[in-house]
Amino acid sequence: MKQTIIKLDNVHKNYEMGDSTVQAVKGINLEIKKGDFIVIIGPSGSGKSTVMNMIGALDLATKGNIFLDGQNIEHLEESELAQIRGKKIGFVFQTFNLIPTLTALENIALPMIFQGVDKNERIKRAEEILENVKLSHRRNHLPNELSGGERQRVAIGRALSNNPEVILADEPTGNLDTKTGAEIMKLFKELNKRGTTIILVTHDTNLLNHAQKVLKIKDGKIEQVRRRK
Amino acid sequence: MKDYFFLAFNNLKRRKLRSWLTMIGIFIGIAAVVALISLGQGLQSAIEEQFEQLGSDKIIIMPKGMGPPGTASSDSLILTSKDLKVIENVRGVEYAFGYLTKQGQAKYKGESVINYAAGINSEDFELMAEMGGLTIIDGRKLEKGDKFKVVVGYNHVYKDTWDKSLGVGNTIEIEGYDFKVVGVMSKIGNPIDDNLLYVSKDVLKEILEIEDEESQIIAKASSGFNPIDVAETIERKLRKSRGEKEEQETFSVQTSEQLLESFSNIFGIVQAVLVGIAGISLLVGGIGIMNTMYTSVLERTKEIGTMKAIGAKNSDILLIFLFESGLLGLVGGGIGIGIGIGLGEGAEYIASISLGTNLLQAVFPWYLIIGALLFSFLIGTLSGIFPAMQAAKLKPADALRYE
Repeated sequence: MKQTIIKLDNVHKNYEMGDSTVQAVKGINLEIKKGDFIVIIGPSGSGKSTVMNMIGALDLATKGNIFLDGQNIEHLEESELAQIRGKKIGFVFQTFNLIPTLTALENIALPMIFQGVDKNERIKRAEEILENVKLSHRRNHLPNELSGGERQRVAIGRALSNNPEVILADEPTGNLDTKTGAEIMKLFKELNKRGTTIILVTHDTNLLNHAQKVLKIKDGKIEQVRRRK
Repeated sequence: MKDYFFLAFNNLKRRKLRSWLTMIGIFIGIAAVVALISLGQGLQSAIEEQFEQLGSDKIIIMPKGMGPPGTASSDSLILTSKDLKVIENVRGVEYAFGYLTKQGQAKYKGESVINYAAGINSEDFELMAEMGGLTIIDGRKLEKGDKFKVVVGYNHVYKDTWDKSLGVGNTIEIEGYDFKVVGVMSKIGNPIDDNLLYVSKDVLKEILEIEDEESQIIAKASSGFNPIDVAETIERKLRKSRGEKEEQETFSVQTSEQLLESFSNIFGIVQAVLVGIAGISLLVGGIGIMNTMYTSVLERTKEIGTMKAIGAKNSDILLIFLFESGLLGLVGGGIGIGIGIGLGEGAEYIASISLGTNLLQAVFPWYLIIGALLFSFLIGTLSGIFPAMQAAKLKPADALRYE
């Protein structure tokens, strides 16, 4: 039996919009095991981004409990959440979100700064990661000197920098052409093979074949869970 | 810490133009403050030096409301030889002498200038020179029986008072009378004194048709007497002999120390006002930093969200932004100090060539430099507090969604 890494227990999330309350997530139960490769799909406005934010400890539930590696995060302070995010979760965004003033290497090393890793260790590790994402030759380039695919590989490298349990990717191929997107997916699969849990949020149905488990979210609820062999 | 500093520095480099424009606000203010303080300090110490020369045992008696020599008030307010007699007889006065300064026309080889002449008795000449730290550098001093003889200030011979060269033995016309130059005074450093023409007091009174007047009387307190006590006695006796009521005197009696003190007070106020005005520009500079930082927070909202997502705590974000605004202040201040030193030296140079004064000396004590640097860093940091707090408390999910 694989260990549970993320568990959502009857989670609700409401947003206040002026006078009215919008129920974005209406009672979701979800369990993600170590080493899973999960794709969450759903149309825009379905609540999948909200679910992703809560899985990634970027946001807290209005009601219900979220467990990350066995720890209930509902009552934690923002700085404790930041620590958990930095250590356990690696984020990959659709728009890459690299820091434009930092080189590829520095971007990858950035999360380690917030974990207090010393400089030599940071550089050593960032160089290893650069090698893994096949970007050693771009070590000192700024993001705007890199192609879209390269930028996303730097972003994935950054997500790996603190050796997280989980990589949480929000439309990681959304801004890339098909070929580059396929390369990025290949990289995710390799990482998954080495034991990293991958959670991918998308509305690109082509990505579904990569997943062991597909969750479909609609109107704030999990509508369907599909397992693949 | 070093890493946050690096991150902050990188961000400033990214927006070079905006960073420079923001820093201009700070360095104009800092430059003005540094230049004004340095010149003020220099001026003050130069004046203190002159007072030191005068000695602390001197008592200066002037008609009320008198400014620089020669600008004395109306006729009823003048001091006379009768007052000088009264002062000489006060207990504790070792000696006293008076002199007369008047504006008049001087001519030399067809050129004519308006100038100040000082009338002084030949026996007091040496005392006066000594108090002013002056010596005769050419010729001789005024002597008893010198009638139409003149000792000229330094600028008459060694600076550009006259187009034609002048020296001992030449003749200058003062208010229509010919005076033979017998001596030249050493340099004081302020243009009024260095342009003085020293003549016999009796002759000056005669040619200007003045009955009896002393522009200023200087008394020396005998050793063993407190100059302040002696000054009080002089004031009392003069009041009695001139028939004036207390608080309504038409003269003032001050020891050299009191004079220096009241001068310092006025000077301090003037300087405070000037530095205050310069301070306003610093305030504006600080607001400029705040504005830049707010814009920056808005612009980088998504970046802040990203940093939070990858593990930055609120305090990390706060520090990065505070370092940024502090750096804007510090670098702006550093440049401002450089410009301020340049301005101070420039003002000193211009003063020395165009006014011929060495009174205006810019001084840059270490505490001024360090103080200005710390102050500019402080302004930067303070201006950054609110924007940095705003950045720090952004919710990561919201910040990431921000477009």
